[in-house]
Amino acid sequence: MSNNLVRLRRLFKPRRGWVIAVPLLWLTLFFLLPFGIVLKISLSEAAISIPPYSAILDYGHETLNIVLTFSNYLFLTTDTLYIAAYWGSVKIALLATVLCLLLGYPMAYAMARAPMRWQLVLLLLVMLPSWTSFLIRVYAWMGILSNNGLINNSLIWLGWIDSPIRMLNTNFAVILGIVYAYLPFMVLPLYANLTRLDGSLLEAASDLGSSKLNTFFKVTLPLSMGGIVAGSMLVFIPAVGEYVIPELLGGPNTVMIGKVLWEEFFHNRDWPVASALAMVMLAILIIPIALFHRYQSRELKE
Amino acid sequence: MSRQSKLSLAVAAASVALMTGAAHADEVRVYNWSDYIAPDTLEKFTEQTGIRVIYDVYDSNEVLDAAMLSGRSGYDVVVPSNHYLTRQVSAGVYQELDHDKLPNMANLNPELMDDLESIDPGSRHSIPYMWGTNGIGYNVERVEAILGEDAPVDSWALIFDPEVTAALNEGGCGIAVLDTGDDMLSAGMAYLGLSPLSSESADIEAAGDLIAAVRDNITYFHSSRYISDLANGDICVAAGYSGDIFQAADRAEEAGHDFSIAYSIPKEGAALWFDMMAIPADAPNPDNAHAFINFILEPEIAAAITEYVVYANPNVAANEFLDPDILNDTSIYPDQEVMDNLFVQEEKPLAVQRVRTRTWNRVKSGI
Repeated sequence: MSNNLVRLRRLFKPRRGWVIAVPLLWLTLFFLLPFGIVLKISLSEAAISIPPYSAILDYGHETLNIVLTFSNYLFLTTDTLYIAAYWGSVKIALLATVLCLLLGYPMAYAMARAPMRWQLVLLLLVMLPSWTSFLIRVYAWMGILSNNGLINNSLIWLGWIDSPIRMLNTNFAVILGIVYAYLPFMVLPLYANLTRLDGSLLEAASDLGSSKLNTFFKVTLPLSMGGIVAGSMLVFIPAVGEYVIPELLGGPNTVMIGKVLWEEFFHNRDWPVASALAMVMLAILIIPIALFHRYQSRELKE
Repeated sequence: MSRQSKLSLAVAAASVALMTGAAHADEVRVYNWSDYIAPDTLEKFTEQTGIRVIYDVYDSNEVLDAAMLSGRSGYDVVVPSNHYLTRQVSAGVYQELDHDKLPNMANLNPELMDDLESIDPGSRHSIPYMWGTNGIGYNVERVEAILGEDAPVDSWALIFDPEVTAALNEGGCGIAVLDTGDDMLSAGMAYLGLSPLSSESADIEAAGDLIAAVRDNITYFHSSRYISDLANGDICVAAGYSGDIFQAADRAEEAGHDFSIAYSIPKEGAALWFDMMAIPADAPNPDNAHAFINFILEPEIAAAITEYVVYANPNVAANEFLDPDILNDTSIYPDQEVMDNLFVQEEKPLAVQRVRTRTWNRVKSGI
């Protein structure tokens, strides 16, 4: 009890309060406020007005009327398209996350093990591509993957294939694009984690006669779990809601939630249903975020 | 007017929503379709009036619509298509025009203005900018080589008939289709002999089935890529916007290819559309907006735009300044017989729009 009190008092020490205020303000401004607005729209009805949805609060005749419409959420269950789109997004994001991990782990491992003077260069090499516009890099992939693009033309020139292999506008291209774009988000937390790995532990393992492979699976991998979880979340969460990559690299049978959301918003002009879709997506994403958070706090305790 | 990837627009829409700059008395903010004005139009306007033009572009009605319905777009003149305009007017997006400030309205084609009565009675909120049709662009030589001389180039059969499209596909001749359910489903209904504006779910779904049946013969769904692909010979049939296909024809000619691109308005009926200039209710500079619209209605200015973008203008006084090749081209300025066969898209209630969007999604994804 008294322990808690001390903690509480510490929390409200003036200086600490200021430290907390910045992230708190950030969260309020860029998460809570937009979240509230989207939640509000998802509970209204589409209307022909500016903005194109009904007000949920209405004050007149000295009464405050609150009208909440839940039909937008019910509507999402009436059509299999939405479930298919959520599932499509989760599937593609999961696959891309696993691929990022398989590619990113060896990269991060090699970087962490490289001589100190090389590490900065390698780190820069990972980050440097993100200095050009994301959009331009995705467009570049269109040029590489298209029917008369770099890959197909080279293969035809080599005489390995007669007619171009269809790569652009397929799910393959979408996954490739996501892996390419989000790989640094996997590599960086893993690298940060692996450089902190205590070398004496590895020495101890080898002194005790453990093989290198065994040491990796018994010592390095479990200790880098934090980095793996962080990297996977950083890739998976934005990949689920990804719109740009499927729009540019995907084909007509790439059904992802970002695209369906766009259609609701722009084609049907139904902002409430689009908002409801976004809320459900958030609910889906909260599960891995909560897991991540639990993992993190457990690690902090240790 | 190339309606390119919606993406750049989403970005534009977002920035537009943020843009609430202070009004300046000597400027006008114009938001128009991309590639939809002559290169010297804005310069001439500033020269004549001293008003600086801030000119931004979009490439889909949806993006403009979202920006308008969010309110406070900060623009003085915007150019939605007719079926979007109607709904935006009823949402209260636009202010009433002051016709006294638009003396050049006298130049407008009275017959065309009659057609527009149902869209915006008495031109209270809008003035037509350019107009065009949706039809078929095709590679004359290659289509003839595959389908023979009696190829149905004047019919939607070139896009919707399973045998024709299969033959084209086997002949290595790609088919591109606009990625807008509204346009393609209406075309499908026209081909089936149904009302292209039907709001019956059964009709819309019948058109969906029609297109789904030829889905495997369609190379891709996209609303602007066909311009360069037609011009390069990568595809040889496209359902597209008239001016875009003329652009492709010009490019093919300039590149000196051994084929030519032609445009046809299908005999079963095709969409006729108008892009309308309007002034948002909260425009910072409504006077300058009127001046800009009036300037566009100058005969020489309208003629110069038409010559550059190859879309027809509604300005009858502009005809004498227009290249006769363009004026007498019935695919740009259709004759009365063809005009009678065209339909004008209307705004649709949400329930009908939903059926269309959903049907289109089913056509493309199979879900």
